[in-house]
Amino acid sequence: MYTDILIIGAGVTGCSVARVLSRYEASIAVVDRGADVAEGASKANSGIVHAGFDAHPGTLKAKLNVEGAKMYPSLCAQLGVPYSQPGALVLGFSEADRATLTALVAQGVENGVPGVRLIERDEVLALEPNTNPDVLCALHAPTSGLTSPYEMTYALADHAAVNGVRFMLGEEVEGLIKAQDGLWHVTTDKGEHTCKILVNCAGVGAATLHNMMSGDLLHIIDRRGQYYLLDRMQTLPFKMTMFQCPTKMGKGVLVSPTVHGNLLLGPSAEDIEDELDTSTTAEGLEFVLKTCRLTWPKATTRGTITNFSGIRAHEAKGDFVIGAVGGQQNAYETVGIESPGLSAAPAIGEMLGAQIAKEQGLTPKAEIVPPVARKKPFHAMTPSERAAAVEENPLYGNLVCRCEVVTEAEIREAIRRPVGATSIDGVKRRTRAGMGRCQGGFCSPRVAEILAEELHIPMTEVTKCGGASRLLVGTIHDAMKEGC
Amino acid sequence: MNQKHVDLLVIGAGPAGLAAAIAAREDGIESLLVLEREHNPGGILRQCIHNGFGLHRFKEELTGPEYAQRDIDRARELAIDIQTDTTVLSVDGKTHAVTCVSRAHGVEVITAKAIILAMGCRERPRGALGTPGTRCAGIYSAGTAQKFVNLEGYMPGKRVVILGSGDIGLIMARRMTLQGAKVLACVELMPFSSGLNRNIVQCLNDFDIPLYLSHTVIDIKGRERLSGVTVARVDENRQPIPGSEIEFDCDTLLLSVGLIPENDLSEGAGVKLSPLTSGAEVDDVLQTNLPGIFACGNVLHVHDLVDHVSNESFRAGHAAAAYVRDQLAGGETVAVRDGDGVRGAVPQRIRRGAAQEVDLMFRPSGVFRGATCVVRCGEREIARKKAPIFTPGEMAVVKLSPEVVASLDAPVTVTIERS
Amino acid sequence: MEITCINCPVGCRLSVTLKDGQVASVTGNTCKRGETYARQECVDPQRMVTAVIPVEGSAMPLSVKTRTPIPKKLIRACMAELAAVRLSAPVAAGSVVLHSVCGTGVDIIATKTVGA
Repeated sequence: MYTDILIIGAGVTGCSVARVLSRYEASIAVVDRGADVAEGASKANSGIVHAGFDAHPGTLKAKLNVEGAKMYPSLCAQLGVPYSQPGALVLGFSEADRATLTALVAQGVENGVPGVRLIERDEVLALEPNTNPDVLCALHAPTSGLTSPYEMTYALADHAAVNGVRFMLGEEVEGLIKAQDGLWHVTTDKGEHTCKILVNCAGVGAATLHNMMSGDLLHIIDRRGQYYLLDRMQTLPFKMTMFQCPTKMGKGVLVSPTVHGNLLLGPSAEDIEDELDTSTTAEGLEFVLKTCRLTWPKATTRGTITNFSGIRAHEAKGDFVIGAVGGQQNAYETVGIESPGLSAAPAIGEMLGAQIAKEQGLTPKAEIVPPVARKKPFHAMTPSERAAAVEENPLYGNLVCRCEVVTEAEIREAIRRPVGATSIDGVKRRTRAGMGRCQGGFCSPRVAEILAEELHIPMTEVTKCGGASRLLVGTIHDAMKEGC
Repeated sequence: MNQKHVDLLVIGAGPAGLAAAIAAREDGIESLLVLEREHNPGGILRQCIHNGFGLHRFKEELTGPEYAQRDIDRARELAIDIQTDTTVLSVDGKTHAVTCVSRAHGVEVITAKAIILAMGCRERPRGALGTPGTRCAGIYSAGTAQKFVNLEGYMPGKRVVILGSGDIGLIMARRMTLQGAKVLACVELMPFSSGLNRNIVQCLNDFDIPLYLSHTVIDIKGRERLSGVTVARVDENRQPIPGSEIEFDCDTLLLSVGLIPENDLSEGAGVKLSPLTSGAEVDDVLQTNLPGIFACGNVLHVHDLVDHVSNESFRAGHAAAAYVRDQLAGGETVAVRDGDGVRGAVPQRIRRGAAQEVDLMFRPSGVFRGATCVVRCGEREIARKKAPIFTPGEMAVVKLSPEVVASLDAPVTVTIERS
Repeated sequence: MEITCINCPVGCRLSVTLKDGQVASVTGNTCKRGETYARQECVDPQRMVTAVIPVEGSAMPLSVKTRTPIPKKLIRACMAELAAVRLSAPVAAGSVVLHSVCGTGVDIIATKTVGA
């Protein structure tokens, strides 16, 4: 199939670029090996919209982090993505830490981060009384925010899709060449695509694609981070995102509320061989718990909803690589998009989109379709809003997930969205059904039924997360016959 | 929003809610409504298709659906109004306003003079165990698998390992085997099973399924669908012993690792919960700290026998009926405390002067052979019960006679004393 | 032979000696019920069998049971016969879905109503 622009990678970066490019007259497709968008690093990270004091002034990370973070509040409001701005503290426990934090504050000021300053122990403990009392001082960044990384990705994808972008999911790119016809020929496990303009936003796979196109080799290190996600509680121990002093491996282990009111502990940082190995390990999880006790001495994993890990693509030189692929025509890329990649994603999309539009002479569309208005989630509605919702659509009256208060109407809507859910996990991330304390024990059979109905597939074809992740192996009838 | 008022509202139409409603109606409560979130009443019994229910209450062995049907039939005879497909969203502990939602009736606010909480319990999920590994398909709580097989007719897997040897896990070992799957092992962290001997014999031994005591699952493998688990022996501190790993090639892991009373609504209402039972703290008539709000069945504390659930719930129903008629005596209470060997005794307090029989129920904190349960009021011994064995797997019950209850004048302590 | 008594949580380990297929002695039991159980279990073990089977015209499978226990050695054969049963909705609780399973004289009956 031919498209003018083919974007490889449906993570938050690829979707952000796709959404910006969808404002121009061009046929655009996004291809990703995941069965859903946001299946790589975008679904498993801390969900922090960083204020922007971490990156060295002058780097792309610094520039795009600060720009992206500024875009978040209005972008989230426009796309219906949850966002909050509780602020962050980076804790110092020694004079060496104080020196590091002082330098970070200066860096933040230089990067243009609003309100960043050093505060002393008493103020730290007044702001966050559950902090380790051994704390000496802290960097306070009031503009540090929280979002839901996968919901942001889904919303970007949906908005791109309503403006004509095609998503080809569950399709893995295996090779690409520039042919005689001047077009890129991209082979996948499902077939071949041709395009004029190629955009490589392939996350942990981006360096491999880059190195197929350019002699100037890039080296991605797959760095795994393990997390604990705890249940929502009456009062969270911290209102803000609590960092420790950064190291060369990253921003270290944080303790943070999530935008949905859970508590997140993590990540570890382990360089691994297999870019798809998102398993957790006893050692990694123990490291997380032990390390976050420096921030929160009473840290506990009681109330754990799940442990999970995500893989971030660390480029050996340390900065984002964004722009035209060196030595190639009609090829662009975003490589090494690790933290603060989520924060920067909106700005990356605008920057790379503008560059592609300008260099390729794309014509802006006369009209851009606005994002599909998102209904307030049932759990967040007032009683009268709930009554009105059921009045309008009786399926709001069928509660499917009790822990997170998610209705059948919302689950069906999640499947019917422009880039809709096709699996149990897809429904879970879009609606939170199964995200609560029973972890889908009660609702997953019902969610599976709804998926089967909406997708017109038998129950036995419903998957947890695409591919071979089927929930069921057959009917009792088949099994009894085989068993005899 | 629709609004209505009833004298008594029961939340949940499982065995507890049905029994409570039946008792209240038999006591003459006319304005009575039962709310049930599923499409059918009967609760978890609907999926417990094995036999062994009702020996105490009906003196015969019934399957779960048969046991439930008896209560459903009785509720029909009594014309008890059971509103199904209705989920309660919140309970206001002060005004007794219960907000619920259903497709048929939209959002309703039902106020009730008395409320009986009978929401049952839920299973501990994988996350609560912190088992590392992948998050692939093929990992289910035993009850979810039971629902797939027994209520929907689907097989969740073909080669199965079961973690936890509670009764649901054992029952599912047999069910999966009979329906055509291969169960490779049942793995139990503790040095003993919390399941009934009968289930170990008839669900595991009958099918040559090995039971690994003092073992646990330490790794879960498989990218999309489960491909295997690693099981290891644990030491006395329940830590895995390196070198003892056994690999199982399986597509399914069923978890039967404990039940937790489902008290989100109760907590929201301001009902005081016991950290030991995870259920409400109640007095001898199963009234919570909030006047007019009662709790019974597995939402109060996790039972082993549905017969006990029904009996407890009849009492809650009678008490709520008395409350509706302003005939339930209140007043001072004496506390019931857990002594040595006892965990989570229910009720947690007894009204002074209540001249009714009280069943003290609790879980022993360990295995005691040939021991005696002794109940004291202050220093005075008021009851004792000897048993060949007390084990955490079996709820112990000690009856206090009406005379003894009438005489209570100091805190009551329940202990297990080794002979 | 060694068996576990299932009458109560004590779970006595019972040692049973057989002579000519008959129980000669039972030891290890702490009450009379243990001996009675051993005599039955060692000579002619019996089990209730419960199962779910599909019903045409009903999304929900039917739960069934043997009306009374059947010989333990026939459990598999009983399931095999059940696998071949064809039923259509409605089926009422208590109705016979299979007569004399495995020639035991014991009927399989529905334990719930489906499709009514």
